[in-house]
Amino acid sequence: MLRERMPFHFIKLRKIWYAISVLIIVPGIISLFSQGLNMGIDFSGGSLFDLKFNQPTAVEQVRSVLGGFGLEGASIQRSNETDFLIRTRELTEEESTKVVQALNEKLGGVTLQRSERVGPVVGRELIMKALGALAVASVLMVIYIAWRFEFKQGVAAIISLLHDVLVVVGIFSIFQIEIDSAFIAAILTIIGYSINDTIVIFDRIRENLLNKKKGDALEDIINASLWQTIARSINTVLTVEFVLVALLLLGGTTIRSMVLALLVGVTSGAYSSIFNASPLWFDFKRLERRGRPRTARA
Amino acid sequence: MKWDKILKLAGIILAVAAVAVLAVWPVFPGVKWLPFTKLIKQGLDLKGGVHVVLEATDTPEAPVTPERVKQAMAIIENRVNAFGVAEPIIQQQGSRRIIVELAGVEDPDEAIRTLIKTAYLEFKTEDGTTVLTGRHLKNAVESKDPQSGRITVNLEFEPEGAKIFADVTAANVDRRIAILLDGNVLQAPVVQEPIPNGRAEITGYESLEEAHNIAILLRSGALPVKLEVMEKRTVGPTLGADSLNRSVKAGIAGLAAILIFMAAYYRVPGLVANLALVIYALLVLIIFAALNVTMTLPGIAGFLLSMGMAVDANVIIFERLKEELWTGKTLRSAIDVGFKRAFVAIFDSNVTTLIAAAVLYYFGTGPIKGFAVTLSIGILVSMFTAIAVTRWLLHLVAASNLVRNVKMYGG
Repeated sequence: MLRERMPFHFIKLRKIWYAISVLIIVPGIISLFSQGLNMGIDFSGGSLFDLKFNQPTAVEQVRSVLGGFGLEGASIQRSNETDFLIRTRELTEEESTKVVQALNEKLGGVTLQRSERVGPVVGRELIMKALGALAVASVLMVIYIAWRFEFKQGVAAIISLLHDVLVVVGIFSIFQIEIDSAFIAAILTIIGYSINDTIVIFDRIRENLLNKKKGDALEDIINASLWQTIARSINTVLTVEFVLVALLLLGGTTIRSMVLALLVGVTSGAYSSIFNASPLWFDFKRLERRGRPRTARA
Repeated sequence: MKWDKILKLAGIILAVAAVAVLAVWPVFPGVKWLPFTKLIKQGLDLKGGVHVVLEATDTPEAPVTPERVKQAMAIIENRVNAFGVAEPIIQQQGSRRIIVELAGVEDPDEAIRTLIKTAYLEFKTEDGTTVLTGRHLKNAVESKDPQSGRITVNLEFEPEGAKIFADVTAANVDRRIAILLDGNVLQAPVVQEPIPNGRAEITGYESLEEAHNIAILLRSGALPVKLEVMEKRTVGPTLGADSLNRSVKAGIAGLAAILIFMAAYYRVPGLVANLALVIYALLVLIIFAALNVTMTLPGIAGFLLSMGMAVDANVIIFERLKEELWTGKTLRSAIDVGFKRAFVAIFDSNVTTLIAAAVLYYFGTGPIKGFAVTLSIGILVSMFTAIAVTRWLLHLVAASNLVRNVKMYGG
């Protein structure tokens, strides 16, 4: 016997799920248009220094030295008493050598742990290529899903995937978390995860449709399928998040924004697979039936 | 209890444990390729070094041609090899870009300056005419006089250059001949007597290392085209080691959480999944080592994440197994039917992800391409371990009669 416990009806309550998604996405879109994204130097171009001072140093001290080079506007981030992350406009090789030398001499010794200089062209190319790849991948996945399942399910899966991308990008825009090229890798992973999750549910619906009895309503079949796969959905997102939380807490600052994006995206991916993809498909089916002349009615 | 099955199971567990230890622990100091995780190349963000993207730019004298970019790459390669950097990466990207990666360089800025110097050598007479250029050079070697401590770069000209040099020095006795590098006068010695053997020396260096670098530049010749630094990233070795260390700790913590969760929630199948997960991780690492995949920080994060996802196929199977047990099937037939039903879902969901990975590989650049490769390896191996390994182990456990209560299988 299949599990009979179904505390609520996924499809009947679908307006609530859509509303939750809209409530999360709309502020993100508004933020995206009003304040945009905090593009790291990978995208906007610029220079970055990861410094370790020999003695405890204050942000003001660092800023005053940078002021000597006309870099008062630089972003200075302090992770502990001696470690600083400084981002500036793109500096030439000579300029950056001089800046580090000045910091070294005036503030009692510094080690350059990491430095990056990126021209603006590279970042623009990276974004364009990533968007192109996303578009092509979406089309191919719709084709595959249309072949193995049906076209409408492909569209529903892609919409829920776009939902996840918008949630992550929106949250990163609202909180102005800096994004770098690893962020793109994170988005791509989220897409892979979300589509994976959706397909498992669609597979169950497909199977249940094959075994359906006369008189079974489509919405009840979808609802039952979602309840049959819910334990799997939750357990998988949990195991993935165990790793992500460990990386967030122990993994160090260099990959923090990537891990954060993954954490938000994977959660959103699990949500959209359950609460958006299948209900959307149901709505598409309903529209299709409504459009058809009802000859069956006597 | 079936002792033969139990022995087989114990053997598998021991074998996996042994491979796991060999993967990370230096057991045999004599065997160079053990532990085999050492064979996995580490990216610059893990071991420190410098990554530069150079772009050839047009100048009136030397517009960029594919030929010139190739020549420039060859010259850079020469210079890097002369530097003595271990495993440098020099590759072309697009039509005008050259990527150079040097691991473990102490002074990255100095390295870059030396790499993209034009190194245009000239000899000029007092009236300003260029009589000889680097074209005529046969060899350049630095040396240090042990008595005086004077550091020089000794030049040796080709036969034709030697002849010109002999004529020029003969015609300019008691006058100066200036030696210029990239337009800067390095020295302008007075010619005391004609030099017939085609040998000259440049002095005025502060260290033997500086002379060594100049000698490399002169030997490898001038770059045929102007190169600009588009992008430069350096990572200090301590930061790299720290990042690796932190990722490993995070990985252990995350893996432990998964193992505990799976065992607690799915009981016997959970333990089987845990064994399959360890096999998955080892297989992926072996493939990384075999395919020469370069591990970067995002790559490690991706690999750890893939472990979370690798249990997904197991989770799908076990949920099915439970349902089949609830319908009253025997354990063995429930395992078979559960796998059969779960297979389609696992297959379709992974193919869509593989499509995404293939597109990324096709369109992506450097790090994203690498990510696509690791993602694909992860998906394929996880399908194999879930469908083949887990199934086999589960049947073995069921046949051993170790645990007879179907409740322990989720029933």
